Amino acid sequence: MGNRNRTNRFTGLMIMACAGLAAPALADEFTQEDLQRWQQEYRTVVDRGEKLFHGGLPSRNTVSCDQCHPNAANTHPETYPKFQQQLGRVAALRDMINWCIRNPLESEPLAADDPRMNALEAYITQERRGVALAPGKH
Amino acid sequence: MTDPKRRRLLKAGGALLAAGSLPLSLVELAFGKDRREHFSFAYLSDSHITHVRGREFVRNWDRGLIRAVAESNLLDPRPDFIFYGGDIAQLGKPEEIDHGLEILSALRGEVHHVMGEHDYYLDLGEHWRKRLGPDHYSFDHKGVHFVVLNSILTFDDWTYHRWSSAAERMHQMARLDNPQGSPFMVGESQRAWLKKDLDTVSHDTPVVVFSHSPLQKIYKGWNFWTDDAEQVQALLQPFDKVTVLYGHVHQIQYNQIGNISFHAAMATAWPWPYPSSYRQQAAYLPKLTVNMNRADPFFERDATGWQFIDLDSGKVDVHYLLPGNRNRVVAWDGKAGHPVDTRYQAEADRIPPQTHY
Repeated sequence: MGNRNRTNRFTGLMIMACAGLAAPALADEFTQEDLQRWQQEYRTVVDRGEKLFHGGLPSRNTVSCDQCHPNAANTHPETYPKFQQQLGRVAALRDMINWCIRNPLESEPLAADDPRMNALEAYITQERRGVALAPGKH
Repeated sequence: MTDPKRRRLLKAGGALLAAGSLPLSLVELAFGKDRREHFSFAYLSDSHITHVRGREFVRNWDRGLIRAVAESNLLDPRPDFIFYGGDIAQLGKPEEIDHGLEILSALRGEVHHVMGEHDYYLDLGEHWRKRLGPDHYSFDHKGVHFVVLNSILTFDDWTYHRWSSAAERMHQMARLDNPQGSPFMVGESQRAWLKKDLDTVSHDTPVVVFSHSPLQKIYKGWNFWTDDAEQVQALLQPFDKVTVLYGHVHQIQYNQIGNISFHAAMATAWPWPYPSSYRQQAAYLPKLTVNMNRADPFFERDATGWQFIDLDSGKVDVHYLLPGNRNRVVAWDGKAGHPVDTRYQAEADRIPPQTHY
């Protein structure tokens, strides 16, 4: 097994080298460029979330998230999961995002793995950066 | 409390409180030159009537205004008039203004209007003025001088040269947290008008000023702000008793700057967070203000409410009646020289829902 794994890895590296990709020699090494690219990918999703939050969702009644939550204020992402007393159970942030989409926006909720849900969470969390995690806090 | 009219008002307020919430403000003035001429007026604000399509409007915002109108019609004694504090529309559309005015037409009594930015930045107030008249004016009522200002103007470059269409300009101004926004201002020509208007008023006449944006600086990022607030305040400071009532912020705020007391009206549509809860920027919420309770979004009309104000000896006592929440009274404290919440002002007396973070 060990020999075969090594052979596969060697083959993989050769393929990448032949393709001219700047692949790291080892899985746990990454460069400054990698960090920048990953940050850019993150920013892209945050920016997408900002647009969705400000009228970019297909809102049936035109109401948008930012109308009640400028700069995503009063969303408290750092407090989830927490007991949501109106629901009578512990809820995640995305449960509350979908609650808002269903009710004030009178629209269809997003699937939990919808990339738009990730984008909304990314934007909401980015606007709350620096605040300590406080799960359960009301 | 010995005034029978005031007792009736309180009784009415209590009955209405028991019946539910009132997303409007009833203002009682007891500081006319003739103390027998007590009178009250109601104050509704920020309905943000939103056109969806065809004849459909956003139900939630319609319901807030409909309820405010219905319950203000129950007030006893009857208010002498009603003030509407601006942002009747969401995107300044004629159909939004017309629909809002149709709901308001059920009000029993004369209505005075203040221009909000959501009424203005589509057609620069053309339809609003066609329906409602001038955007700044003054009048006298039972010994009190009332002034209405249009405080939501901004730089000409932003208004006239920045955007490809009127609709784009309106959308840009409608976004509260817009980094491409522009600060509100009363402007030089209106300040000149105000100076001239006040020149004819004796300094012992109580003055009540209505604006849409606060004539004080709280948080520029959301335009809880008027850029020339200090210049306007300077024109008001010579008067013994001055109150500024404003909308726009959708929350309880109160403050005292020199002789001027400031009070915000609640919205009929929805509440806004306190700017201090946005952690990436500094805000300047008046330290005096004890926050309204955090809103329960599951109760549509929560964190809307109504208030009535009496001004014994020209100083302001504000009675907030809040749906699903305990009544609040913010009263003038002569010793402290500013308004205080009669129940919650001391740090130790505040309750957990008033902590916004």
